[in-house]
Formats: sequence, structure tokens, C-alpha cells
Amino acid sequence: MKNEIFLEFDHVSKQYKDFLAVDDLSFKVYEGDIFGFLGPNGAGKSTSIRMTLSLIKPTTGNITLLGKNIVNEREETLSQVGALIEKPDFYPYLTAQKNLEILGKISGVANLSSKIDEVLELVGLTTRRGSKVKTYSQGMKQRLGIAQTLLHDPKLIILDEPANGLDPQGQVDMRELIVRINKERGITVIISSHILNEVEQICDRMVIINKGQSMVEGNVSELLTESRMKVSYVTDDNNRTLELLANSKYKDNINGIEKEKLSLLIEHENIPEMNNFLSNEGVKVYSIEPIRSLEEYFISMTK
Amino acid sequence: MIKLIQIELYKIFRKPRTYIGFGAIAFIVVVVNLGFLFEGEQLLGFLIDSLKDKFLLSGNLINAYTMSFVILNSLWIHLPILISITAGDMISGEANNGTFRLLLTRPISRSKLLAAKLISAWIYTVLLLLFMIAFSLALGYLIFGVGDLIVIKSTISILAADDTLWRFGYATLYGILSMTTVTSLSFLLSSLSENSIGPIVGTFAIIVGLTIVSTLGYALIGPAIPYLFTTYLPSWDLFFTMELNTAKLTHAIYVNLAYTIAFITFTFYYFKNKDILS
Repeated sequence: MKNEIFLEFDHVSKQYKDFLAVDDLSFKVYEGDIFGFLGPNGAGKSTSIRMTLSLIKPTTGNITLLGKNIVNEREETLSQVGALIEKPDFYPYLTAQKNLEILGKISGVANLSSKIDEVLELVGLTTRRGSKVKTYSQGMKQRLGIAQTLLHDPKLIILDEPANGLDPQGQVDMRELIVRINKERGITVIISSHILNEVEQICDRMVIINKGQSMVEGNVSELLTESRMKVSYVTDDNNRTLELLANSKYKDNINGIEKEKLSLLIEHENIPEMNNFLSNEGVKVYSIEPIRSLEEYFISMTK
Repeated sequence: MIKLIQIELYKIFRKPRTYIGFGAIAFIVVVVNLGFLFEGEQLLGFLIDSLKDKFLLSGNLINAYTMSFVILNSLWIHLPILISITAGDMISGEANNGTFRLLLTRPISRSKLLAAKLISAWIYTVLLLLFMIAFSLALGYLIFGVGDLIVIKSTISILAADDTLWRFGYATLYGILSMTTVTSLSFLLSSLSENSIGPIVGTFAIIVGLTIVSTLGYALIGPAIPYLFTTYLPSWDLFFTMELNTAKLTHAIYVNLAYTIAFITFTFYYFKNKDILS
């Protein structure tokens, strides 16, 4: 049984003067998900995220956030949502503590002082709470950005490119933090990202968008192991194998030769049969390797 | 709402640029007072030279009231710039810093946030004006004491010392009104811009531009001049005549109020429907 729908885009479009940023986009995010919102730069991710938070009004379509229409019931809805949009910008001339106090007061957080202690502890900034934000590194600002999303105990947090500008260790730390927030606190997380590895490692479900349109939506592991998968073959003679396949019923499965490996797009259940075919033709198959990376999948969906 | 205003005021007074206005006013007041202290007789002689043939002038003519009147006269053009440094930054500064999206993803309506910012900008304006008047009177009193005030315009008004302080009180109230209009204009420009320079320069350009056009382009825009808010920026001096021109004062107040309401209405309408892209 599916969990409650936390966010639903229903045929949403955003038209700027001469540019269609989001084109009839529909997808759903369920309670408890870590949901990846994936797409190349300029795909419409940020516009969609901003529409979700009512920073931008959609031209057509409906956005339902936590069961409410975000345009009509903005304040009630946002009281249950935390968000970090693009860069973690704060008041640089104020301390982290003061920044959080301001945001907490605006959100009407009860027991603000202890709540600030809690979120700063969670993101590991307790010792630097009294420093002005202008003295913070990018990684510290990102962590403070996460902390502010949690101040008012949201049910859902939306993170737009949370690993932007972080070094490799910072990216790992950020991923671990997001998973902890999801697992330990039961908070649903939406991550907008163009970093495929990030989505592949931590997301349960995802939507891939390109040119403002949804390319595919679903469970990350299912999408990566769907029936028609990409596999690479290494044989004793790749050119001959390619020729054999081109003259067989498998000609439509050929994807090309990449880095001395034969790349095929083939249904999972058809692999043994094709193996037999190649074997009967005298081809020695040294290895069959599924190409399961999201990167491959992403490129195949967006090209 | 009060909580929001407190937050906005806190932010205003934690920014170093906020103190530019207070610092500039203090500097000008001190310089003018010192100038009159050391060269006052010459300066006053230059001003009242033409009166010497017809009037016998005696007593403490350089006093706190004279100082404050001179400073008020010189600052009607400076004050809008100082106000716009803060008011013009209220919205555009947040957009430029990227903090607007941080605020607007909180459960708070845009109108409330805007209202809190506008009220805070007004409070800043009132404080700036009160500081200017109070500091000017206080420093003038400490250096020169009080005395009669001679006001030379199209008519000459010699106002007794005990008939002057209330005039400064009302002039300050009027100044608050006219500078509130300037604040509202700057706030409007701030909502249209994503950097602070635009609203500051824009406010100054509009005020100076309209003033120049009003002065030099009478033939062109003559009928419109009585309806421009810039026409009434220096109208605080209407309180320094023997007989108050209540009709002109009332008109000035209405024009200022009308512009303030128009600026605010447009700001709220525009901002409520604005896509936050910063």
C-alpha cells in the first residue's frame, strides 16, 4: 500500500514571456520518500521547486502540497515544510544563532532556544553558533541551511542542490545527514539535483525531467533494473559479434561499441537466449556486465 | 506583526550602512554649528545685509533656532538620499543577498512581511528626522543658547524665541509626513529592483529631476506642479511665517498622503504577484 501523497504536480506549466520553463509536468512524492528530482541544468528543476514553495506561481495546473493547494493555503502548508533553495544564503552580518532565531520567530517555533540547540547539534555547528555567517565555509553554510529547514519540525523538507559547492567529503557528510534526517526523524525529503550519484545513492524514488517535461518517474532501483537494461559484452571478436547481431533478430538491441565493449539494450529475460545464439555461432563471451548507473540511464532518457 | 517589525528593526540596526544617515546628519550639524561659531558674524552679515538700512537688528541672532532652521533648509535634499540608503535596501537588499527566498519559504504571508518592512522603514525615517531636529536644537542650544528667529523669504518674519519651538514641532511632524512619502517611493523602487543601488539612485533622480523640471519647466508642466509631491518637500517652512498658510499646508498634506498611498498600493500589488527568482 502506498503512503500518503505529500506532493503532487498535476499538469503544471510555467510560461515566462518567451520561454516555457515547465511543460505539463506531473509527478507524485509519497510520505517517507527520499525523492530525487533529477534533470540537467536548465531542465526546470528550480522553477518547479520554487512553484512548490509558492515563490513562483504556475501558469497552469495544480500543485498539492501535504493535501493542500499551495497557492490558496500557502501559510498553513509552509508551516509543515522546510526548504533550502539553491545557495544557503543568510544574513552575513549576523551569527548563526541570530539567523536561526529570526527564522524560528517568523515560523512561530515554540521553545526556540532548545530547538536551535537541537538542530545545531544535529548538523555539527554547536561550537560555531556565535560566529557571524560571513566567516563560515560553504560546507558550514550548507549545514546551517539544513538546520534552518528543521527548526519548525517539518513533515517535508525540500533541498535544492544540497551538495553544491561541497568537497567530496562534504558531499558524503551531506548525504549521510539527509539519510539520518529521513530515517531517524521520519521526514520526507525531496532533493533536486543534477548530481546523479547523489540521487542513486540515497533516493528511493525519482523523477527525471528535461526541457520542463517529465521523462520518467518511479522507484530508483526498479528504474535501474527495468526489463530493458543496458549491458556491455566483451567477446573474443566484438566486430564479428556486432556483425552477427546486426544480421539477426537482435539487430534492434545494438547500442554500439563503447571503450572496446559491445553495448546492448536488451530485455533481462532475453539475455540467456542471446548468449546461446552467440555461443552457437562460435563467439566466446568473456563477460556480460550490466550497466546500471543512473548516469547511463539519465543520458539515455534525456538525449 | 509586532514580532516581525522587531525583527526588521533589528536587521536594520545591525547593518553598518544604517548609521551612515545618522553619521552624515551629525557631521553636517556639527560643521554648520562650528561654521557659525567661528564665522557667524560674517555669515549673518551676508544674509541680513539688505535689511540693515530698514531694520535695527540686535540681540542673539545666531542661536539654536537659527542653526536648526539653516540645517533643516539644507537637509531637505540630503535627507531623501540618506533615507533611501536604508528604505531602498529593504526589499532589493534581501533579493540581492538571496535571503528573500529564505523568508518567503516560511509560513508568513507576503503582505505581512512587506507591511513589517515598510513600517520599519518608516520608523527609521522618523528616527532619522527626530535625530536631526533634536541634535541640531541641542547642539545649537549648548553653543549659542536660544533667541529670536529671523526668517527671510518673500516676506520677513521675526519670530520671538518663545514663539518658535512649537513651530519646530509642527515642522518636524510635517517633515515626517513628506519624508514618509519619500520612504514609500524608495520602498516601491526597492520592490522593483534586485540590487540596492537602483532604488537609491532612482529615488534621488526622481526627486532632483522633478524639482528641476518644476523649477525650469514651468511652461511645460506648470499645471502639474501643484500636484507633484516634490513641490512640497520643503513645505515644512510654512510653519515659520507669522501667519500660517493653512490652505497651502492642507494641500501639501493631501498631496503627500495621496502619493504615499499610491506608492504603497502599487508596491503591495506588484510584490504580491511577483515571481521570486532571486
